[in-house]
Amino acid sequence: MARDDDTLVQLLTPDGERVDRAVGPDGVEYSVDLTDAEYRGFYRDLVTVRRLDAEATALQRQGELGIWASLLGQEAAQVGSGRALRPQDMVFPTYREHGVLYCRGIDPIMPLSLFRGVDQGAWDPIETRCGMYTIVIGAQTLHATGYAMGITMDGKVGNDDGEAAIAYFGDGATSQGDVNEAFIWSAVYTAPVVFFCQNNQYAISEPIERQTRVPLYQRAAGFGFPGVRVDGNDVLASYAVTRHALDHARGGQGPTLIEAYTYRMGAHTTSDDPSRYRPPAEAEAWRSRDPIARLAAFLGKQQIADESFFAEVDEQARTEAVRLRERVLTMPDPAPDSIFDNVYPHGSPLLDGERERFNAYRKSFEGSAH
Amino acid sequence: MATEALTLGKALNAGLRRALDRDPKVVIMGEDVGKLGGVFRITDGLQKDFGENRVIDTPLAESGIIGTAVGLALRGYRPVCEIQFDGFVYPAYDQIVSQVAKMHYRSRGMVRLPIVIRIPFGGGIGAVEHHSESPEAYFAHTPGLKVVTCSNPSDGYTMIQQAIASDDPIVFLEPKRRYWEKGEVDPEAEAYPLHSARVTRPGTDVTVVAYGPMVRTALDAATAAAEDGRELEVIDLRSLSPLDLAPVYESVRRTGRCVVVHEAPSNVGLGAEIAARVTEECFYSLESPVLRVTGFDTPYPAARVEEEYLPDLDRVLDAVDRTYGW
Ligand SMILES: Cc1ncc(C[n+]2csc(CCOP(=O)(O)OP(=O)(O)O)c2C)c(N)n1
Repeated sequence: MARDDDTLVQLLTPDGERVDRAVGPDGVEYSVDLTDAEYRGFYRDLVTVRRLDAEATALQRQGELGIWASLLGQEAAQVGSGRALRPQDMVFPTYREHGVLYCRGIDPIMPLSLFRGVDQGAWDPIETRCGMYTIVIGAQTLHATGYAMGITMDGKVGNDDGEAAIAYFGDGATSQGDVNEAFIWSAVYTAPVVFFCQNNQYAISEPIERQTRVPLYQRAAGFGFPGVRVDGNDVLASYAVTRHALDHARGGQGPTLIEAYTYRMGAHTTSDDPSRYRPPAEAEAWRSRDPIARLAAFLGKQQIADESFFAEVDEQARTEAVRLRERVLTMPDPAPDSIFDNVYPHGSPLLDGERERFNAYRKSFEGSAH
Repeated sequence: MATEALTLGKALNAGLRRALDRDPKVVIMGEDVGKLGGVFRITDGLQKDFGENRVIDTPLAESGIIGTAVGLALRGYRPVCEIQFDGFVYPAYDQIVSQVAKMHYRSRGMVRLPIVIRIPFGGGIGAVEHHSESPEAYFAHTPGLKVVTCSNPSDGYTMIQQAIASDDPIVFLEPKRRYWEKGEVDPEAEAYPLHSARVTRPGTDVTVVAYGPMVRTALDAATAAAEDGRELEVIDLRSLSPLDLAPVYESVRRTGRCVVVHEAPSNVGLGAEIAARVTEECFYSLESPVLRVTGFDTPYPAARVEEEYLPDLDRVLDAVDRTYGW
């Protein structure tokens, strides 16, 4: 169960009470001052992202997706951090950041085509300022660091058109060499990068105790940059902490490690069986910290939103989910010889020959029972 | 234990269990191998019965898994490392190629590293990227390593035990799309030598060389070819390094035709090596060039087109036909 220790930055309690200011372990004071419309916007994001995720899980169960990595329970960490980004910032996600993508304005069909096996998740990373999903654990933290070094070299730190990079990864990923190398590089080059670790307590079956003996955010100190632990089920705190870290990076002060303390409510992916390694009571206990319920409670108490608003948001999310479902069901399979596309920007004689023989071979079946 | 029909997955599990039972120095290590029993359940129940010090859930760090296995081996243990999927072995590649493969040589024979690196490999299960690769050539190219792969439950059961008992570091490739296929396993049967190829189906007309997941495909092709009156001889290589090509040479001298099948891309792959050696050894017996049926020289494609990528029965038969065209 999550410890509500005093290092956890929280701006909204599980009961939906606003906390004015919270001081992080680094001594920084965090607060948010949002308009009512912005609060409602956060709520809409959370509900929509959860609804689309549920739809994807259902699609997988119906055999329409090969696999799905659900973000259930992690909506606040993703929406809070995602909404803290500025358009010019660059995102380096792993494979579960559907909520961040959503905030980035990326069509939700994009990750679905990856999980359906139609392509490998090919949205345009340059245009969207959001890297492709990274399945090899931790690899993207180095990409983010290098990108951030490029930002510095381009003189885009410490001024008005400042940029930053953000890398997403899980608690398990912190054990990888790549992630530790990214910490070192970003520190010694003062790279404008934010490391956003969603500590959802598990790496498939392995609990956080199998990856670390110290709270993850404390590791940053050993590399020479600040680390902060935020309540990852609190969208306001996730937003405030990320915004601060991005500004810090943008201002030329280097990296920050954010540990968003949260919980993966579902299975690791649809192929996983959490009952083998997780006591049911544990997930139950985390249910009381649900990110959506707590924001709803706050909105209700403060009379920022009423029943008709909540109903309208639900309806809108449902409509988006239905639309997504329809699009998945009509998504065409790629052309067979597309497997030869884009291996090299300018092709290769070896592949040209293979493609030619492949097509001739396929043609030889035409008209037969095959 | 009498002869029993087991899936390849269960057979490997039984083999691992027996190895743990027999030698207290054997330890299994990897991500999720404990409570979960591995993502493919190959280590199912082993931690429960042998404890957390024999079946070790490791941090999520492949270089760490292999690097610490080196240290454990130096202390007399026999680590069996599980890499969760083929595409995740590369973070450990440096440890395997630069350290594991060379210590015996560098120490002038004083150091032995009896490490087994188990990797579920190959495609055909509709997975997302990095979950369907065939990295065998990278390892087979590295002197100091041995590389083996099983194609059926019976071999799975014995080969894993032999690999663990071996003093060499061994990359043990498990054809993941065959994990659920059943076959007879006789635990008392005399073990076939680990590094020997085996004629799986005798035939007179064309020699088909395959290993791992493609043995099933080659056998299916042989069944289909028999209906057309062609007898294919199917040879399961089992060991990719060292290669045991004596049975292949013997066969090709009889058949005069040879087709090599693997899922990995053809360029600089195992098929090239085999074709070259068969050509050298059997030049005067060959009626046609040695042909390869392989995956294409592309990254492993998205699941919806993987059937186009993977060699299937028809492609094997097509190559067989072509050997008659010379
Ligand atoms: C290098 C590498 N090793 C193993 C895997 C298989 N794998 C996929 S997700 C995962 C667990 C990741 O846990 P964590 O980093 O905590 O992220 P989470 O999935 O919990 O968000 C593992 C072991 C992988 N994708 N990459």
